[in-house]
Amino acid sequence: MAVFVQRADFDVSAEIAKLTGGATNIGAVATFIGKVRGETDGVALQSMSLEHYPGMTEGELARIEATATQRFNLSASCIIHRVGTLLPGDNIVLVITCAPHRRDALAACDFLMDYLKTDAPFWKKEVTARGDGAWVDARTTDASARERWSKF
Amino acid sequence: MTETSGQRDITFRYFAWVREKIGRSEERVSVPNSVKTVADLVAWMQTRGDGYADAFAKPAVIRTAIDHRHVQTTALIDGAREIGFFPPVTGG
Repeated sequence: MAVFVQRADFDVSAEIAKLTGGATNIGAVATFIGKVRGETDGVALQSMSLEHYPGMTEGELARIEATATQRFNLSASCIIHRVGTLLPGDNIVLVITCAPHRRDALAACDFLMDYLKTDAPFWKKEVTARGDGAWVDARTTDASARERWSKF
Repeated sequence: MTETSGQRDITFRYFAWVREKIGRSEERVSVPNSVKTVADLVAWMQTRGDGYADAFAKPAVIRTAIDHRHVQTTALIDGAREIGFFPPVTGG
């Protein structure tokens, strides 16, 4: 179980190897990678900057991960979220979940992303040809995506 | 710690457009003891000057963390060491 907030890119294969190396109880690995889209509302995106709340972010990610570990049968997991200036096509976030079986790995990965999007203190600002950066508004669909987990 | 003088010192941290409107990312401020809840605090912040009035103009879009944990507007601020104000999060 690990969380990282970093400027540097991540290597998905290397991160999977770190989680699964030597483990014999892992039968399934699920990954989610969030990336920077090259357009926003039909306008070309030049760059995106990601700000976070140092100290709180790491705590929230660890709390979210601990919740997923209690809820699903997970063998290992990791969350890496980038901050700083990113360009279209760049990686933003990586979630890896390892479990004895497929459903736990897939569901936990989905759960982690839903909680990350509503609880982890990150903010995106988009720079387009229109000029100055604009802060991205939170989507109400993110809150409803998180809410669906409370029904189970 | 300064109850007799009617106020206590709290570190504030601001993020994203809240930070931009206020013009600073962090400050230590003496908050009157009459300010008890997060909702009280937001109302008090609005009175601290133009940037603050702008940043806290719409309390519904302000999120708050006390000592790095998300809290509701009804939360009591007594004992808080650090309070963060920011817009709804947009990571992932």
